[in-house]
Amino acid sequence: MVAFKVNGKAMTVEADGDTPLLWVIRDTAGLTGTKFGCGIGMCGACTVHIGGKAVRSCVTPIKTVEGAEIVTIEGLDPKGAHPVQKAWQDLQVPQCGYCQSGQIMQAAAVLKANPNITDEQIDQMMTGNLCRCMTYPRIRAAVRQAANAMKGT
Amino acid sequence: MARNRNEAEILSNLSRRGFLITAAGSGLAFSFLTACNNGATAAPSTATPYEPTIWYSMDGNGVVTVNVIRAEMGQHVGTSLARILADELEVPWADVRVKHVDSDPKWGLMVTGGSWSVWQTYPLYSQAGAAGRMALIEAGAKAMGVDPSTCSASDGQVVSGSKKIKYSEIVQKGGLTKTYTPDELAKLPMKPAKDRKLIGKPVTSLDIVEKTNGAAIYGIDAKVDGMVYARPILPPTRNGSKANSVDDSAAKAVKGYQQSVILDDPSGSVPGWVMVIADSWFAAKKAADLVKVNWTPGPTAKTSEKDIQDHATKLIADASKGSVLPAKDTDTAKAFKAAKSTLDATYTTATALHFQMEPLNCLAFQKDGKWEIHTGNQWQSLVLPWLAKALGVQETDVVMRTYRLGGGFGRRLNGDYAVGAALASKAINKPVKMVMTREDDVKFDSPRSASVQKLKMGFDKDGNPIAMEHHVAAGWPTEVMAPFFMPKGEKDAPFDPFAVNGANHWYSVGAHKVRAVSNDLANQAFRPGWLRSVGPGFTNWALESFMDEAAHKLKVDPVEFRVKLLKAEGDNAGSAPNAVGGASRQANVVKTAAQKAGWGQQLPAGTGLGIATSFGQERDMPTWVACVARVNVDKASGKVKVEKLTLVADAGTIVDPDGALAQMQGAALWGMSLALFEGTEFENGNVKATNLGAYNPLRLADAPPLDISFIDSTEAPVGLGEPAVTVVGPAIGNAIFAACGARLRHIPITPAAVKAAMV
Repeated sequence: MVAFKVNGKAMTVEADGDTPLLWVIRDTAGLTGTKFGCGIGMCGACTVHIGGKAVRSCVTPIKTVEGAEIVTIEGLDPKGAHPVQKAWQDLQVPQCGYCQSGQIMQAAAVLKANPNITDEQIDQMMTGNLCRCMTYPRIRAAVRQAANAMKGT
Repeated sequence: MARNRNEAEILSNLSRRGFLITAAGSGLAFSFLTACNNGATAAPSTATPYEPTIWYSMDGNGVVTVNVIRAEMGQHVGTSLARILADELEVPWADVRVKHVDSDPKWGLMVTGGSWSVWQTYPLYSQAGAAGRMALIEAGAKAMGVDPSTCSASDGQVVSGSKKIKYSEIVQKGGLTKTYTPDELAKLPMKPAKDRKLIGKPVTSLDIVEKTNGAAIYGIDAKVDGMVYARPILPPTRNGSKANSVDDSAAKAVKGYQQSVILDDPSGSVPGWVMVIADSWFAAKKAADLVKVNWTPGPTAKTSEKDIQDHATKLIADASKGSVLPAKDTDTAKAFKAAKSTLDATYTTATALHFQMEPLNCLAFQKDGKWEIHTGNQWQSLVLPWLAKALGVQETDVVMRTYRLGGGFGRRLNGDYAVGAALASKAINKPVKMVMTREDDVKFDSPRSASVQKLKMGFDKDGNPIAMEHHVAAGWPTEVMAPFFMPKGEKDAPFDPFAVNGANHWYSVGAHKVRAVSNDLANQAFRPGWLRSVGPGFTNWALESFMDEAAHKLKVDPVEFRVKLLKAEGDNAGSAPNAVGGASRQANVVKTAAQKAGWGQQLPAGTGLGIATSFGQERDMPTWVACVARVNVDKASGKVKVEKLTLVADAGTIVDPDGALAQMQGAALWGMSLALFEGTEFENGNVKATNLGAYNPLRLADAPPLDISFIDSTEAPVGLGEPAVTVVGPAIGNAIFAACGARLRHIPITPAAVKAAMV
């Protein structure tokens, strides 16, 4: 049995300890905004925050998250108006949208740690998140816009 | 062409019903899947809605719900299509809702592909919108006691001088019964382009917000009470394998494992499948890894990429194989005899995967005596008969609910995966939610077939082209899955347009023979798929690389060479309504792109510009596009860095400018990804790469700056989802040649191949 919090709500899970957190979030907690893409931590569609850090939930066994504070796309902002979400809406980043929860969670964690990010750092920090629609030009621009908003400039 | 048949079918479907249908509502709808609203939350009106056509209704609040048969997979298709209708209907955008409909036969042929959605729907929805507007004007005039000729419609109301009445008031009064025959419909006055209020104007697509907060529901998110989870165990070959027995003793140790079922599939969609059922998906996944299946494999268990390509080469060499596309003058033999010099080259492309982000999945169950199939799908009309045959029921007993697609790119035109889930549900009599692992998804992909293409051109004494041949051999998706969609070439030999289009270009080159050959070994070894940009995605790689080789052979500038041959005469003069101007519009995008990219400028050593152009997907729906790639080649390693892509498109009227730009951005990078990053090969009857690490689509850090623009036009709108894919690969190949003298004739282009080709 593993206990942790998802978006501030306490959860206790009976599943085997090797069950990836992704499937608990999606099928037990019913929070389907977090997506399954590759299952090996290489596409980023499953990205959530654990203790404020961006983590690939598809390769995170639940036995490792005992007591953790987990935030998913649904819990990023109560109104869905986090500066990263607003930038994503403003620049109409999503196409199919499937990877975008992961992109947004990745960007939000990165910018929280460092809103004074350089363009090179944006490339480095976002390149692990695959977008098959190839919305990359807009992701770059939206991360920049969100960084500016989070810096308060 | 096949596509025109669709259009005809849709139109005749419309006219069969008559235009005005005051039928009851459109049946049950799962609102959590289908609604896409504009933010307004007014209470629904209780007045009888006005339904001038099956394509939309207007309620007593003046709120218009547009029925969309196209799947949403990233194109914001509902927004584009609804704006066409709303513009002619003269309703405020805030009052427009989009509903993605079920698979009721009344919607006619349901397919989302070919970059056809806007092009096919534009005339239909313009007429439907105009008809509603005329009916509302007539009813409004009557209500105001004025002559209809004094009235106009604007912003959701009918106006006559100082008098006006809202659409909502007209609907509340009821009694709208105006009908139109198809002839009358065709004569309805359309708004002049200058009066458009929505088409061509910026808009925030209706599906953006839900795709930023986790609310958008995709196939993989579908659920129903009592469902069990499933993962398939795939057989050693895509076709012809038989599962003889299953040993699940090791799987029984997995908590939540239920059973493994050998599927019996009369439709032949999922031969040899075993479905593993469990309480949770992770249990199904783990158990599937432990279940041992005894199979009799199909005949292609040892087939390799080389086998497939060698077979293609052999087929091309045999003149009795294939189909020559109809054209005015295909007598190349005579012309080649008169030629003073010739150029030959062979181009190849590797097997390429869809690798859409959302792995294949489907939820299947029975409800009220009908089969419910919940999944993301692009061609409901294709898979419905397969489902019916597999389940042993009538097509009318199967209903598909189309969810958001986590990427389509053509993979979900082929709905084979849905059959597996449905058969499992039938076998265990429970709702089954099947989700593939990424590795399953890749192994069960309908890849873009590898191809071999031979091109030949003959020149007169002055270096003018007088003859050309283009032979294309590849697996034929349409032959395998939808043979009724194949047009006929010379001698009535059918061909797959989606495996050869693009070769039938708009250059004036004298006698011109295009021959399409079906690679039957590819068709047997796997199920060839339609992949974003289909035929032109590989034929234009060959064609535009070859045109560059011809220009260099003749020592003519590659831009000049192309423009000179885009003469817009004879077959290439173009015709209304879709190809007004013909090849002259292609010449225009070539010239514009060259100018924007600084063609002819001095460049640093190791850097080069390359050009390529295309008419997009089909001759009768040309999207004129050109690309200039700027690349730098590291001579020591052969590594190619794409520094910039400049693209210009003439797609006629642009309905949704930002959506159009998004499609061009995505398509350009998709083309670059196919040219430099993707590609796998068959090995022992399956694709070698099964996940990231082995298959590596372009990433953000690789994306170059893009300069994309559209030619201003009020011509008929054509497609934009795919055309830009087709020009980027050859533009990069030609730029590599300009940068370092290496001529590449195979994609994907690897550093080793560049190094080896350097002179």
